Amino acid sequence: MSTSEAPERQADPTAAPEAAAVEVPPGIVAQNLGEYLQGWWARVRGGDSGLLPVIGGLLVIIVVFQAISPEHVFLSAGNLVNLFQQSAVFMVLAMAEGFVLLLGEIDLSVGYVAAVGAVIAVQLVQPSTTKWPWWAAIIAGLAACCGIGAMQGSLVTRLRVPSFVVTLAGLLVFNGVMLILLLLGPFSGYPSLTSTGRGNPQVLYNLMWGTIDPIVSWVAMVVIVGLLGLNLWLRDARRRGSGLVAPPVSLTIIKIALMAVIGITVVAICNVNRAAVGTLEGVPWVIAIVLAVLGAWTVLLERTRYGRYVYAIGGNPEAARRAGVDLTNVRTLAFVLCSFTAGIGGLLYASLLGGMSNNVNGGQLVLYAVAAAVIGGTSLFGGRGRVIHGVLGGLVIGAIYNGTYLLGLAVQWQFIVTGLVLVAAVTIDSLSRRGATSGSAARA
Amino acid sequence: MTDHNAAEPLLRVRGLDKHFGPVQALTAVDLDLPAGQVTCLCGDNGAGKSVLTKCIAGIHQPDHGQMYWEGHPVQVRSPRDASQLGIETVYQDLALADNLDIVQNMFLGRERLRRGLLDENDMERAAAETLASLRVTTVRSIRQPVASLSGGQRQSVAVAKAVMWNSKLVIMDEPTAALGVVQTRQVLDLVRRLRERGLAVMVISHNLNDVFAVADRIAVLYLGRMVAQDAKSAFDPQTVVEYMTTGGQMRPGALQAGEGVSTNVDQ
Repeated sequence: MSTSEAPERQADPTAAPEAAAVEVPPGIVAQNLGEYLQGWWARVRGGDSGLLPVIGGLLVIIVVFQAISPEHVFLSAGNLVNLFQQSAVFMVLAMAEGFVLLLGEIDLSVGYVAAVGAVIAVQLVQPSTTKWPWWAAIIAGLAACCGIGAMQGSLVTRLRVPSFVVTLAGLLVFNGVMLILLLLGPFSGYPSLTSTGRGNPQVLYNLMWGTIDPIVSWVAMVVIVGLLGLNLWLRDARRRGSGLVAPPVSLTIIKIALMAVIGITVVAICNVNRAAVGTLEGVPWVIAIVLAVLGAWTVLLERTRYGRYVYAIGGNPEAARRAGVDLTNVRTLAFVLCSFTAGIGGLLYASLLGGMSNNVNGGQLVLYAVAAAVIGGTSLFGGRGRVIHGVLGGLVIGAIYNGTYLLGLAVQWQFIVTGLVLVAAVTIDSLSRRGATSGSAARA
Repeated sequence: MTDHNAAEPLLRVRGLDKHFGPVQALTAVDLDLPAGQVTCLCGDNGAGKSVLTKCIAGIHQPDHGQMYWEGHPVQVRSPRDASQLGIETVYQDLALADNLDIVQNMFLGRERLRRGLLDENDMERAAAETLASLRVTTVRSIRQPVASLSGGQRQSVAVAKAVMWNSKLVIMDEPTAALGVVQTRQVLDLVRRLRERGLAVMVISHNLNDVFAVADRIAVLYLGRMVAQDAKSAFDPQTVVEYMTTGGQMRPGALQAGEGVSTNVDQ
């Protein structure tokens, strides 16, 4: 840093050097663990706190609910698995919303797009009518979501209609479409996944409620943690070997150990028999599904050109355009990916409910999806946020939902608590933007 | 080029006309941009500096006239054509994404891949080499988000991004506008380093202090006409201001200065 910095536009003259000192990713400059922790703490103080607020918030919520829930049931194995199942829909919808939020756009229709995809799949597997195999029904439902995403995305990117308006219209239209699709067939608007008990509907029902055999759970966890750890180790080792500044060995080991601890904890909790009568144990399928979506979209957004362009467009569309990025296609594809991921969330929701009905409130689901993404740390202004933010934000919303339910509180309290957490999250977001960025503050 | 004499400029613009509807933005503009020299393009607001720049950069198509690249006639129909020739433009707004780090910005749109995924290590090394060769040492880490950089550092990153692609001509639009004293000096040093590398540099500037600090040659546009173009030694600030404000009508003899360009390029 040079010693004297000129004021940038109307920004605070001291902001630039300070920000430069705190914004350096600690993993890059730090040569040992102590420096790494110092750098990380400096960054947190500078406002770029990453995952810290959402993890801190989650811990507070857990401690409070554990303390006040009847018989301290909140942290019991059965309730934790239940909590994750309730959160999964919010997590996946928040990951969906993340694609458009990163562009600085919004998609208000994800709730009902998810519902449309789910109704299509649930209707098609019904043994008394269409009798489709489960996989074909899922493909059809997700394909319909992709089509919806392509349509809405094209309206936004090619005809330049604001995404708020397009997807607000989508919210209404697909609410109607969902109701029409529900009334097809002899189900009086309530196509169920549980009435037959076997076959293709059962597979859809198992997305949320099915469990993986405890032994298989352990093996799969060891394999996954092993592969991720190996990948992380090789990546860091290659950086160290090639003379680039790399994270210290101790940090790599700590990260891998942390992954192993989380993996072991999750599998151990899930393998406790959580049934009051009989046996119910093993990792629910839904955990594997959420992890798969998280992994795929993290690689897409952080390790591929497409993901880089999404962030670039969110940060400065003009820069991306001059760099030769095809803005129209990147944006349209983001809407498609958003709707596709929403479709996965819809399938999980149908499984959670054991079928579809006109009780599905897609308007509320989308609000929770946006709230989860933002609580997790995704910026509404575009360009900032990671896939994991949606998962953690979804967990916060699920924990509030679960905790208020355990306390026997009426739904109004759940709304109020969730709303307050959302306000807190957005406040942290705008405060950190003000603290951490100087140049972009003038732009925003 | 071996089959041309050494004085052949890298880019030679001859008789460029451009109009937008009834407005004649450029009239028979001649411009020479020799390699290894800094040419400063001066002119008042509306003189046609931006239009001329955009014609060279492939954003506008001239109505008439011809450009010669290393002695060969060329058509620059798009920014892509321009960068294939080796022409890179650093616009005043720099076109950097604040949320991306320095490496990500420098490789934006031209990311290197390894097995289908981004090759961050390779890009980081190449970016570090380019920055080091330009002696941009004030940034603490090239993994810093651009949002955390000062104005001068951002300008440096934008220039490094431009020279990274074997460019031969770098056009800089008002590089020192909105910069403080120290940062202005950093940027002007950077311009000199581009010249040392043998690049042709065109700097558009209002600031005559900067122009005289860094230019080898000065070209002045007045109402879409190139009214003067010569080695810096042929000008003093007063005459440049006269050309910019009156087109040099006070100094009728000077209008022919542009004729002797190729013999006067050396200082």
